[in-house]
Amino acid sequence: MTVTSDLGNEWQLTPPLSTRLRGMFGATVKAAKRDIVLGVSISLLLLGLFLAVFGPTLARTDYERTDPVNRMLPPSAEHWFGTDNWGRDVFDRTIVGTRLSFLVGFSVTLISTVIGVAIALVISYFRILDAIMMRFVDGFLAFPTILLALALISLIGPSIGNVIIALSITATAGKIRLVRGAVLSLRESTYVEAARAVGVPVPRILMLHVLPNIVSIIIVQATFTLASAILAEASLSFLGAGVPEYVPSWGNIIATGQGYIQVGFHISFFPGLFLTVTVLAVVLIGDSIRDHLDPKLRGRLKTTTH
Amino acid sequence: MWRYIAQRILVSIPVVIMVGIITFTLVYVGPGDPAAIIAGDEATPEILEAIREDLGFNRPFPVQMGDWFWKLLQGDLGTSYFSKREITELITPRLQPTLSLGFQVVVLSTLIGISTGMLAAWKAGSRLDRNLMILAVLGFATPGFWLAFLTIWLFAVNLGWFPVIGYKPIQDGLIPHLHSMFLPVMVNSILASAFISRITRSAMLEVLREDYIRTARAKGASEFSVFIRHAFRPSAIPVATVIGASIAGLATGFVLTETIFAIPGLGRMLVDAIVRRDYPIIQALLMVVAIVLIGVNLIVDILYAYIDPRIRY
Repeated sequence: MTVTSDLGNEWQLTPPLSTRLRGMFGATVKAAKRDIVLGVSISLLLLGLFLAVFGPTLARTDYERTDPVNRMLPPSAEHWFGTDNWGRDVFDRTIVGTRLSFLVGFSVTLISTVIGVAIALVISYFRILDAIMMRFVDGFLAFPTILLALALISLIGPSIGNVIIALSITATAGKIRLVRGAVLSLRESTYVEAARAVGVPVPRILMLHVLPNIVSIIIVQATFTLASAILAEASLSFLGAGVPEYVPSWGNIIATGQGYIQVGFHISFFPGLFLTVTVLAVVLIGDSIRDHLDPKLRGRLKTTTH
Repeated sequence: MWRYIAQRILVSIPVVIMVGIITFTLVYVGPGDPAAIIAGDEATPEILEAIREDLGFNRPFPVQMGDWFWKLLQGDLGTSYFSKREITELITPRLQPTLSLGFQVVVLSTLIGISTGMLAAWKAGSRLDRNLMILAVLGFATPGFWLAFLTIWLFAVNLGWFPVIGYKPIQDGLIPHLHSMFLPVMVNSILASAFISRITRSAMLEVLREDYIRTARAKGASEFSVFIRHAFRPSAIPVATVIGASIAGLATGFVLTETIFAIPGLGRMLVDAIVRRDYPIIQALLMVVAIVLIGVNLIVDILYAYIDPRIRY
């Protein structure tokens, strides 16, 4: 990408996108080979993505079909994770549930990151807007995530879209506060001051001088949003306030098993294991990215995820 | 110090007002006509109109919100749609289980978190340190409701050490009360302490690199004294922040654990209210929880100034 600098010179800023992507891919593979935990986490996340895309195709039975004769069966060669109270195959429902978890997780992460970063960049340059917006953010952050999401969903009704909306609203507030803080401290840096001194317009300063320098914070925070959103969706569904009950979601399947704890341990155990492993993989990847991108960030940032 | 405390209190007031505006607006713009919910299915339009007139639902939005705030200041949280009783009256019996759970979890998770975090920092780089930190990451990733399910299955269903469900109030005796609360307390404490442990470790490691720690060691202070007297206090600030933040996490955890363990506390009350769409209760509980958390943040802020007197200025 060639860019005309703010002083009028032409600069070759970065190699073309394809080279950069290949470089990123190579660097990731290299890091994963050196760090076994990272390698395993990335493999598990990729497996999860694969199941999210192909889960319904891989299911060996119709995961909606009830089979009362074969209800509450323990795990066996035919039903790897057993069957539930309606005789539905728990393995099939669990891998189909992967899609919903990933859909909610990635949607919430994408929506809250894009909107949060955009708002934070804009308000950090307008004092009055900043004062008003931050009061809203403080207000939203005073509620625990799940409680606010529960209340929102009770108002707008349980559906996949509404779960995404409710979790995005709560996640965006956290993003705004984090990015705004980073932008405000960058604004005092010499190179931003220099850019302002030569008369660079504000939008250009934000896009070319500020944004590239907060990308690492945004990426690391995004992994924690992903982990929290996947957990939050499962918690909401478990409470019966997430996606509708008939949708195979990990939280819904665990709730089913909860009612049959004496005889149906397998119903809740397996989806819970999938959920834990997924969240663990995302958290570990986030930790690793943080350590690679910016050693100074170690041990910080975390306080904003709860 | 008093000036600092007064200043912190003043800063929290706009947050409380904002929380009130958000809570009231959410329910106001939400679907569902409160008059219709109160009147039931067979209400005629005249009855609905009468209810609206009577309870003031037809007044302009700012007036209704002002009225709601004014009642709130007098400690009136409104009336439940479902049971038609005062919400303050409904909340009172629910306080004990939640407060008891909260107190036990905060004490236990702080003790476990700080001690394991210090242990890991002391043995930094060792196998013990690595194992403790693996546990801490696991604690972050494990969903509380699933861990609760596993512990009920193991300790209540299979081993029979604890009742599957069945909360006993303190009035039944302290020991039966603690016994009935053991599993929920453990589940929440383990998860909350994972976070505290991680932050304690990294804060301690940071402080241990400081010059004055080297000085303390050079003058011959024992390793124990270096840890407790020289290193712990400066690292207490991030730890206090995390304990404050984990209390917000507990509010979430309690909604789930109270539901699973059938503890008749505030979290359970919220879930019931959501199932019944009892909006005044949802509104009241959101408000109560947010105010409690703002209060916790206020206490943490004041603690900062106590730990590090420089913050006051």
